[in-house]
Amino acid sequence: MSTMTKAATSRSFTRTARPGGRAIAARSLLYALLVALAIVYIFPFLIQVATSFKTEAEAAANPLSLVPATFSTAAYERLFLHSDFPIWFKNSVIVTVFVTLGRVFFNSLAGYALARLNFRGRNLMFAGLIAVMSVPGVVLLIPKFLVINQIGIYDSYAGMIIPLLTDAAGIFIMKNFFESIPVSVEEQARIDGAGTFRVFWSVVLPMARPALVTIIILSFQGSWNELSHFIVSTQSPDLVTLTKGVASLASGQLSQGTQYPIKLAAAAIMTVPVAVMFFIFQKRIMNASDGAVKE
Amino acid sequence: MTATTRRPSRSGIRGGEALSGYLFTAPMLLLLGLFLVVPVLMALWVSFSDWSGRGSPLSGDVHFVGLNNYSALLTGGGLAEQDFGTALKNNAWYVVLVVPLQTALSLFLAVLVNRQILKGRGFFRTAFYFPSVTSSVAITVLWLFLFNSTGAVNKLLSFIGVKGPNWFNDPDGIIHNFFGLFGVKTGPAVLTGNTALGVSWWDWLGGPSVAMTAFVLLAVFTTSGTFMLLFIAGLQSLGGDVTEAAMMDGANGWQRFWKVTLPQLRPTLFTVLTLGLIGCWQVFDQIYTGTKGGPGKTTLTPAFLSYQSAFNNQQWGQGAAIAFILFMIIVFFTLVQRWVLAERKVSKRRMRGYEIPPSGTPVAAPTQPGRDKEGQR
Repeated sequence: MSTMTKAATSRSFTRTARPGGRAIAARSLLYALLVALAIVYIFPFLIQVATSFKTEAEAAANPLSLVPATFSTAAYERLFLHSDFPIWFKNSVIVTVFVTLGRVFFNSLAGYALARLNFRGRNLMFAGLIAVMSVPGVVLLIPKFLVINQIGIYDSYAGMIIPLLTDAAGIFIMKNFFESIPVSVEEQARIDGAGTFRVFWSVVLPMARPALVTIIILSFQGSWNELSHFIVSTQSPDLVTLTKGVASLASGQLSQGTQYPIKLAAAAIMTVPVAVMFFIFQKRIMNASDGAVKE
Repeated sequence: MTATTRRPSRSGIRGGEALSGYLFTAPMLLLLGLFLVVPVLMALWVSFSDWSGRGSPLSGDVHFVGLNNYSALLTGGGLAEQDFGTALKNNAWYVVLVVPLQTALSLFLAVLVNRQILKGRGFFRTAFYFPSVTSSVAITVLWLFLFNSTGAVNKLLSFIGVKGPNWFNDPDGIIHNFFGLFGVKTGPAVLTGNTALGVSWWDWLGGPSVAMTAFVLLAVFTTSGTFMLLFIAGLQSLGGDVTEAAMMDGANGWQRFWKVTLPQLRPTLFTVLTLGLIGCWQVFDQIYTGTKGGPGKTTLTPAFLSYQSAFNNQQWGQGAAIAFILFMIIVFFTLVQRWVLAERKVSKRRMRGYEIPPSGTPVAAPTQPGRDKEGQR
């Protein structure tokens, strides 16, 4: 209601302040500017898709055209039938699924404990969490390798997945969410004789869906797009993920020549899952930050 | 005394709660300890040792070498110092360009799409945000194509009669190039004769290389959407009343933005600048995918150099030392920024003097300082 009246008043203000012609001119200028900017942001991705269907000669000769003169799926055939690309894709899927599931479970457990359960050292734990959040990831490249190597999980799925389960920011999000829901429901369940884990699992967690979706989005995107951790935790060709594999394509390891259609096809395919997720959860992603501030 | 009185209740419901508290947080504590705390301690040891990558860094034949690794980087006079200086120089220019550009652009986009009466708001937001969700690897690959010597960008430039550079293969500093237009090819002796961290003053001032500039554009392209969302959230949390009051006072749109909206956005601005700064000092993926530090080491960054020294050159001590120096740099700049933005509180107070009288609503006065403090914390 209040926003509507606000919009109405501001509209009436502009109407009285400026003559109609100028307002319309200003409006069209705004749209022109927005459309121009949107083209700048979208055009690169259109070129990416278009080029992946071009022949190599055409990609080099005609980098701007959005319609291939000769439509060729050679790049995709090469990727899927004559390269390790399917293995990379499989590894990315495995890592992403396990990291996302693991984070959802462990983040909500820890977030719930920090928000609701009383135990000694809780505040200290929370302070430690904040401190840990401030350590920049790149600084941890060598350190992580050292530990992974030391405990013998180098070059294994365990070494790829388990270290990525650490997600202080996610715990933080879950803790904030649990604090925002009323305690009364849990107390009712507790009076009925449910244990702490039971209360958490069947009463609290179902209510936490919006926060869980946020964790899923962040974890999915984060682990699918992760590169540096896989560089330092694996070396075997069987454990290459999409990010690592496509990065090696970029430096021309598949064959000689520029191979732009193949590289761009690979980049396009690895963008698809995040893009799909983005469009499914678009409303939530766009409003996530709004809601957090407003509440 | 209190302990004894509490004990019975502890072992009852409370005791169970504490136990599950520990059980619930145990997996995360274990993970964070094992993959964050222990690694940092181990790397700290390595940065003071002569470990060469063979066997365990904790074994008996690894020796404590004091500050040797650090001094090789900071005062060694050798290649290590020169590389480190070059990496710092490159990354500093990257930060100097990316942080202001991404902040200004994302604020601009947020203001544009935040209009109440804009049609297609959702579409424009999506378009601007989309680059932020794609992986840095995929987008770097795209960038390598767009910015190759005969690529899309140079094609576009040729339409307006400009011959584009060979972006990712061009090691020339853009400020050096600018001076070159006036025939200045080498700097004065004061600048070329003196060095800092093995890099001459003239080179420090040379600006980012053309290759690095392409990475700057990439960073602005991919991060502006995320920060736009933060600014939109900030804008929507502002009450319209102050703006309306300024409108009544006859302030035009331009004045309203600079004198009313922007000062109120200070908390968001602080967040965006801090996140931007932290992110920019960590560029790694793009360099690893795109140039591996070339051409002529002009896209070498401390993060990549740290990786390269350890994993490629087996200089683990130096690699770890670079990581810790980088950590210090990030902490230092975050604190400086916090301090700089807090200092301006005085002018902010003056700003408040502007805002309250025209609005006339007593509500505006107490909410203002409260929001201010929140942002500083």
